[in-house]
Amino acid sequence: MFKRLLNSLLKRWRRKPAVQAPALTLAQSWWLFAAASAALLPLVEHIPLWLSLTAATGMAWRAWLIWRAGRLPPRWLLFVFVVAACVAVAIQYRGLFGRNPGLALLVIFMALKLLELRSVRDGITVILLACFLLLSGFFFNQSIAAALMAGAALIVVIAALLSLQAGPLPTPRQQLQHSALLLAQALPFMLVLFVLFPRVQGPLWGLPQDAFGASSGLSESMAPGSISQVVQSDAIAFRVRFKGTPPPPQQLYWRALTLNDYDGINWRYRATPERTDLPYSAEGRSIEYEVTLEPHNQRWLFALETPGQLPPDSSFSSDQLILANTPVRTRLRYEMVSYPDFRPDAEESPRRLREALRLPDGVNPRTRAVAEGWRQQYRSDAEILQAAMTFFQQRILAYTLSPPLMRDNAVDAFLFEHKRGFCEHFASAFTFALRAAGVPARVVGGYQGGEINPVDGYFTVRQFDAHVWVEAWIQGRGWVRVDPTADSAPRRIDGGLRTAVTGEEAELPLLARENYAWLREVRYRLDAVANAWNQSVLGFGPQRQRDMLSKLGMPEPDWKQMTAWLASLCGVLLLGFTLFALRQRVRTDEVTRLWQTFLRRLARRKLDLPGWMGPDTLANHAAAQLPQHAKAIRAIAASYVALRYEHSPSTEQLAAFKAHIDRFKP
Amino acid sequence: MKAIPSIMSTVTDLPAHHATTRKILAAAGEIILGKDAQLKQALACLLARGHLLIEDLPGVGKTTLAHVLARLLGLEFQRIQFTSDMLPADIIGVSVFERASGTFQFHPGPIFAQLILADEVNRATPKAQSALLEAMEERQVTSEGITRALPQPFFVIATQNPSHQIGTFPLPESQLDRFLMRIELGYPDKAAERALLAGVDRRTLLAGLPPLLQANQLQQLQDATSAIHASPALIEYVQALAEYTRHSSHFSNGLSPRATLGLLAAARAWALLEGRPHVLPEDVQAVLPGIVAHRLHAGGELGGLRGDALGKHLIEAVPLP
Repeated sequence: MFKRLLNSLLKRWRRKPAVQAPALTLAQSWWLFAAASAALLPLVEHIPLWLSLTAATGMAWRAWLIWRAGRLPPRWLLFVFVVAACVAVAIQYRGLFGRNPGLALLVIFMALKLLELRSVRDGITVILLACFLLLSGFFFNQSIAAALMAGAALIVVIAALLSLQAGPLPTPRQQLQHSALLLAQALPFMLVLFVLFPRVQGPLWGLPQDAFGASSGLSESMAPGSISQVVQSDAIAFRVRFKGTPPPPQQLYWRALTLNDYDGINWRYRATPERTDLPYSAEGRSIEYEVTLEPHNQRWLFALETPGQLPPDSSFSSDQLILANTPVRTRLRYEMVSYPDFRPDAEESPRRLREALRLPDGVNPRTRAVAEGWRQQYRSDAEILQAAMTFFQQRILAYTLSPPLMRDNAVDAFLFEHKRGFCEHFASAFTFALRAAGVPARVVGGYQGGEINPVDGYFTVRQFDAHVWVEAWIQGRGWVRVDPTADSAPRRIDGGLRTAVTGEEAELPLLARENYAWLREVRYRLDAVANAWNQSVLGFGPQRQRDMLSKLGMPEPDWKQMTAWLASLCGVLLLGFTLFALRQRVRTDEVTRLWQTFLRRLARRKLDLPGWMGPDTLANHAAAQLPQHAKAIRAIAASYVALRYEHSPSTEQLAAFKAHIDRFKP
Repeated sequence: MKAIPSIMSTVTDLPAHHATTRKILAAAGEIILGKDAQLKQALACLLARGHLLIEDLPGVGKTTLAHVLARLLGLEFQRIQFTSDMLPADIIGVSVFERASGTFQFHPGPIFAQLILADEVNRATPKAQSALLEAMEERQVTSEGITRALPQPFFVIATQNPSHQIGTFPLPESQLDRFLMRIELGYPDKAAERALLAGVDRRTLLAGLPPLLQANQLQQLQDATSAIHASPALIEYVQALAEYTRHSSHFSNGLSPRATLGLLAAARAWALLEGRPHVLPEDVQAVLPGIVAHRLHAGGELGGLRGDALGKHLIEAVPLP
């Protein structure tokens, strides 16, 4: 039974198709080769080297076969290749499912499909595969450059499809032009579909398990050196657009997370109870702004103090953090309003205050001793805070990007030995000192400052703007923000990182350096373009779509209305194109009108030309009677015949006909 | 399989087809002297998949013309001499009882050939004539309830003596409509007759004539003919001609749709013979007399106008649209 089944399968596999499908011509083979190359090339950076080399070998083999008109490899050999490739991919990725192994398999199949390319039907398969590969590139990169590259590759792929279906044109240039023209005609349809096709929430391209797996930025723990690592990057953390004038840089403390637990080396985040509404209603001076957050795979959202509203799908923690309900894995845009002068009620649970005093035993004895001295000397927490600030100022601490390594008793080492540190050293030492003095305090992480892009007015906050500072609990005033770095390096706060660390530019990211102004100028522009792309193309989600449609006069668009609009707009476009195409065709009435003009001009010369004469006959008669115009008459008659009786006359012929008749004055 | 002419179809290999037809006409012209125009019309008729009626006096070369065409085109040839005592079975064939097998066996008649010369078709009774004419139209014959297809291509050249001769049964108009073209051969001119008299016997020449077409090549020519482009303007002209015959008081009946279809097909063939991928009004005018001569009967002031003169009148009466 099984053997019979196998036999029949084998037979089917070996059997030649009853009707031989049309074979590929040489030009079509080359076009398909070009399409496959165009589709594979952008993927090279996303697949392992061995895979690229394998695919390139397969392609080169095929190119050689086309060139030498050689025989394609036998099917069993290809079968062996397929199995081997699948095994290799499975080993490389430890499985065959998921984005990366799937892409790897497609790349292999594309190269192998080229090796069994015989008929036009196989060619169509290659085209479809190429389109799919082009789309899969967007899993990795959705920038403008990637889109442009995919567009260019699509022109080649469509040119190959045209060569299959309409036959290759004489030169590759014409073929590509034809293809580009067709795609250009598709553009308006694309725009209509883009705007009107109902959007779904969520990323268009992200796959759940591996989207944005590794993002740089702040993390839930801070060790000495961790922030200075973050500031090595000039990647964008988020962009802000202020409605109205942006606040001065000293006020731009973008709060993200609090670090409460200290083990002597690391400060760690501790989750606190969350609620879905704000426990206060803020008032006073307000700053309205819109944040476009790059995905960072964490829950926290950035806001200035004190947030006056919560973005949708987020909650508010008792340490006043705004937390998204799920980690931010796609670019997220939210509206915010902050009240910089407003402080919520100065109440905090005793448990939280106890936590804000907790310190490990036995570390940093010298700092502890100093702090305990403050406790005895001053009565109120506010005085202690003042004392601590004075103490830090007097230590004359240097702000540097490359602090020496401080491992054990890091706070002591920073304050009493090296006296050089980055913001995490300042914040860590200050918090430690306050807690040791019995003042509840916590480290706050986020970004400070930002840079306005003069091109589009967006405020850009990059990773090198990452910063940590301190909040201290003062009875009656609540949590008070203190930035110990500001005292030692006020320029960090006023002018950003690059002004604060003089003489260390070489260690800064390129964009943070002061003296490459022209480079920053270029970057501003590129960044403005990329931002526009992000905002209006990649960020065109359901909300944006609704906003846009309501601006266009569709207040409550539902999918039915949108579908109706979609269909009617596409219909209008189609009609427009059809009318255009019809206009392009030679208008017969115009041909006749011109011919009548010609006949009238001949009639003026009193020629004997009866109406029943065909154009050739008439031309012969007229030429015989007007020998001096014979050449012109024959040319006109020939154009007329071409326009009126030949298959698909061209508009150029009409123009020539018109020119002939205009010149004909017997 | 017949090629389906579509709007996209264009004649491929037109120069080759044109050269072939020119060779055929040249070879035929060497045997049938001084009748180049009629030869061309006969060939056009054949390319347009139509049947030809030659009407003329005995002895002007009607049979020779049929013979020459059959030989040059490599067609299987049969001649049927029509007589007044002829029966349909003499044309189609009969079923004969065979004693050995105890069954009836069909013996195909002379009509089972690719090119039939129906000589003096108006000498036979209407009954025999209708057997031939039905076969022409349907390209199949039915005998004793069994339908048999005729060979492909199937082409009938019928000759008819002028009907005023004694002992003839003139073909009714309905039957005449089935011939695409009717031509007259006429007496040869002086030079041609001199060459004819001085030269070798035509039948000897005929025997040495090699076929110029391979199998299927005629079919390709016919397919190429139907792919010749007829523009809307040209079709308008054909319509105008038909319209004129239908509404003019000079004619009792106008041209039938079969006639206009035939006119267009013949004009296409003429264009191919001229080596042109599209039809011109001149092509229509060239074939028009042959097509209308046996279909229209002029009356009134045109009374008695026949043949080419009738065609000429029609052409000059209808201006190009």
